Parts: sequence; C-alpha cells; structure tokens
Amino acid sequence: MLTVKRNDVGEKKMKDVIRIGSGAAWWGDRVEPAALNAEKGDLDYLCFETMAEATVSAAQVRSRRDQGFPGYDTYLDDRMKAVLPACMKRGTKIVTNQGWINPDAAARRVATLLKEMGYTGVKIASVNGSLITEHVLEMTDTILENGLPTATLKSNLISAEAYLGAEPIVEALKAGAQIVITGRVADPSIFMAPMMYEFGWDPLDHVRLGQGNGIGHLMECGAQVTGGYFMDPGFKDVPEPWKFGFPIAEVSRDGSAVITKVAGTGGAVNLQTVKEQLLYEVHDPANYLTPDVVVDFTTVKLEQVGPDRVRVSNIGGKPRTPTLKVSIGCTEGHIGEDMFFYAGPGALRRAQIAKKVLEERFKIVNLQAEDIRIDFLGLNAIHGAATPANAPEPYEIAVRVAARTKTKEEAAKVGREVDGMAVSGIAHTGKRVPHQERTREVIGVWSSLVPREKVPTSITYIES
Amino acid sequence: MKVKLQHVAHARSGDKGNTSNISVFAFAPELYPLLKEQLTAERFKQFYGNAITGTVTRYDVDNIHAMNFVCQGALGGGVSRSLCLDNYGKALSAAILGFEMEIPDHLKGLLQAPHLISA
Repeated sequence: MLTVKRNDVGEKKMKDVIRIGSGAAWWGDRVEPAALNAEKGDLDYLCFETMAEATVSAAQVRSRRDQGFPGYDTYLDDRMKAVLPACMKRGTKIVTNQGWINPDAAARRVATLLKEMGYTGVKIASVNGSLITEHVLEMTDTILENGLPTATLKSNLISAEAYLGAEPIVEALKAGAQIVITGRVADPSIFMAPMMYEFGWDPLDHVRLGQGNGIGHLMECGAQVTGGYFMDPGFKDVPEPWKFGFPIAEVSRDGSAVITKVAGTGGAVNLQTVKEQLLYEVHDPANYLTPDVVVDFTTVKLEQVGPDRVRVSNIGGKPRTPTLKVSIGCTEGHIGEDMFFYAGPGALRRAQIAKKVLEERFKIVNLQAEDIRIDFLGLNAIHGAATPANAPEPYEIAVRVAARTKTKEEAAKVGREVDGMAVSGIAHTGKRVPHQERTREVIGVWSSLVPREKVPTSITYIES
Repeated sequence: MKVKLQHVAHARSGDKGNTSNISVFAFAPELYPLLKEQLTAERFKQFYGNAITGTVTRYDVDNIHAMNFVCQGALGGGVSRSLCLDNYGKALSAAILGFEMEIPDHLKGLLQAPHLISA
C-alpha cells in the first residue's frame, strides 16, 4: 500500500509561509498546468475554482433532463486523476468547488479514484448549504438589479445559491480533511481558507482577512495573473504564451504574499499582470464585497522582488457585511443563432443587403423576438456601437444573426431563415451545413441578499 | 502629439451581471496624471456610445496608477441573455485602446511601443 502523508490535527505546527497553488480558474480551464503545479509547485494546498455565474442553474437544468448527470464538475475525473498522485505524495491538500450541485457525490467519486490509485484512508469533506432553491423566495426580499421583489421570479425559478465564505472549509481542514469539496463558495474564499486554517486567523479579523482575500482574488483566475489574457504583441509581450503556468502564492502569516509560478513555464508574473488581475471584476476598489470581509485594494503595495515574483502587501480590510450574496437562476426563454459568410471585393455591400433580406424575412415569418441582433463579424460584431465610424472595410465578413425569444420554436426561425440564404440569398453566400444546434436556452441570473445566519452549512466526511 | 491610448496605458475588462468593469493602467507613473485629466468618465461613456446603456463611474487607484471604469448596461442584459458573440465582454477593453490622447513632447519617451505609432 502507498503511504499518504497527512498532517493530523494534533501534530499541526504553525508554518511561517504556506504555498497555495491554482488548479483551475473556470470549468473549461486547462488541466496540464494543474498537474504541473501539483508535481513541481511544492504546494501545501492546490485550489480549484470551476464555477461561473450560471453554472449551478445550467447543472440543475441538465440534471432534470439527464438522469446520469451526477451534478458535479464534468471534468472532475480529468482534474483529479492529473493531480492526485503528486498531491498524495507531497501531502498537498486540495480545496475545490467542483461539487457544483452535489458535493457529496463528488466526494464519493474522488474517494473511488483514490482507492483505484491505491490511496486509502484519505479524509474527504463535502460542504453543503449553498443551495437554497427551496426557500429562497422566503429568505430574500429584493432583486438587486431591478428593485422588484424576488417573488416575481417564482414561476421561472430554477435554482438559487448563496455565496458561502471560507469558514466551513476552515472547519473541514480543522477536522483533518485532506480534500475539501464545496458547492458555491466565493472564489477568493477558496484560496483564503487555507491561510485562515494554517495561521489561525479569526473569521472576524478583517485586517488579516482583507489581505488574505485580496491574495485569493489574485489567484482565483489562474493564468490571468501569470500572463494569460494579457499579451498584446509589441505592447505587452510575454514568453511562450502557449504554456502558461498557473499561479502560486507564497503566503506569510500576516497575509502578504509573493505571487509566482513554476520555473520554466511561459508567461510572466510582473507588476502589469498583477495590476490587471487586481482590478478584474472589481467595482469600487476600496470596497470589494466578499462573504468574509470587505477588501480595500487602494492601499496595496506591489514590488517585483525577483524574476516572475511579485510581492503583494498592504491590502486593506473592513468588517464583513451582515448578508451573503444570492444568485438566482431563472429560465428566460431561448436564443436562436447562426451565421453565413462573404468575402472578396464588395463583401460588405453583399452583407448589408443580406441583413436587409433577413430583416424582411423575419417580418414575413412573423418572428416574435424580444431582441434581434444582426452583426458583421469582421467589422462590428464584437464592439457593436463602440466600433469607430472609420473602421476599415474588411475583405471577409460573417453575417451573424441572433434573436432572443420566449419559445424554442420562435428561436428556431433564426436558423431556418439562414438556411434560406443558401439558394435564395445573395451572390457568393458562404454557409455552414446546419448540423450544429442553433438554439439554446437562456438562464438569466439575478442577485439578492440573505442574512448570513439564515444559511446554515453542513459538512460530511468520508474516507477513501 | 496625439497618440492612441494603447501607447499610454494597458487595459482589462471583467464582467459581473450586466456590468462591465474596464480598468486602465498607465505604462509609467508620469503618464497617469494625463490619463486622469483626459480620460474622464463622460468621455469614456461617449467613446463607447450605445454599447454602454447605463452610467459609467470612474474609480481612481492612485497607488497603482490605474483607473477602473464601472459600466452599467454594457453586456446586453448579462452574460446569459446577451446576443453579443463576446457575451462576457472580454474584448470590450480593447476598444478604449483607440481613444486619442494628447501627450506633451517631454513625455514622448515614456510611450509604449513607439515604433507602432501610426502617423
């Protein structure tokens, strides 16, 4: 039998620096940098963030239709198979939100994978409590986006989840869990929980938690702090942008940290990559609300202390709010979408008349749409109204059409009218064979707040 | 001299609901005051035209020479409702790189990628 390193509760010694690595920044993220971090990162913790705003709702919709869908990250096996051997060998603990809507099932699956690899006796925790679908309408009052009562969402409600903080993860680590699997937890909290546990931070110590959560925020988007979503040739160049490493935070007891990555990987950790990630998805930089603390980035100190090493300190913290954010997913109809192509001299003129043809056809077939968008991909499909009036005329253009409708039948009209452009369209119309799905369901996401004491959490433990 | 913002600053956009935050970072501390003066929230909103339907709020983060523009109504109703191909607005930050800036001659040496400045 293989031996598994573990830190039993009684043996825990206070470390001065802990190494926390990123294993994923979203569901579709690459797996190989996670394996590399596990193998070469000398990590105490490997943390995975795999949920987007609509992940839970999409998972609920799928689980209703697909009895075989277990409800956790569809790449759970890929990710865990890639990292477990190295993590078990090193004694690296894993914190992950790959549980989605069924953390217990994910924990059982990981236990099975461990057993198959020969690792027995590994303690796995699953954290439940974030899913509050059944009671959300009683627990919440107002939709933040439009001020209407959340009760107005009743007929279309799919799922609701509260964003949990780091505390249940800390509790699981205190109980000796080697692997902690959660549902919805605020992204930075996944990375901060190991700091709170290892350094014994009080959950109400907003000074340390502000710093730690700020580091968690830098880590949560993986390669976006190590050179991903960054390179702009000639302006901002990084080496080998095809083999980025995921970030590693070397965190000190006061919560300050050096952000770095495994040597030999592509990309860079420099002041520019760290600054860009610092404000990513932040609104008021002095008041970044998380379940654990309110983070103030305006005092941050950044220092390049070595190649691909940036020291981050002096992030501020303010006491946490009495509420947790709730995401409410609702069915909101369908989107129909397709595209066709023009190229060569006069491509734009042909695209323009094709747009007119579609607009007239939608009247003839009485398309009932809440919104219709016909863009010229290559000219204005991405920036829309922000496209400069003097943008150069492209040699090739895709006419891309999308409509949002109440019913799937109406959405299907988009693809059917694009079909008509094949033999009844404009000269030189290029078209795809329509074998791909051209309609999709819209899951709208609304936000509300719930008093934190109304969201109890529970933790289940199993061993491999 | 007039140059595009891409020589003065770099940018990144992020999404939350129907709000996009587009942050802009000076390539050099000496260029930051010019950004603050010339790239006001009003001009920013005007530059994006109807691509931003709501308000634009600018937050300055002086210690890292950055500004964060929080743009409501910039994501077509939100990621899942949006009819835009780039429904997260990940490419939205690139538009502001074309904003025209006036740079005094004595700061010309601080511009990024001077060989790519077009006439």
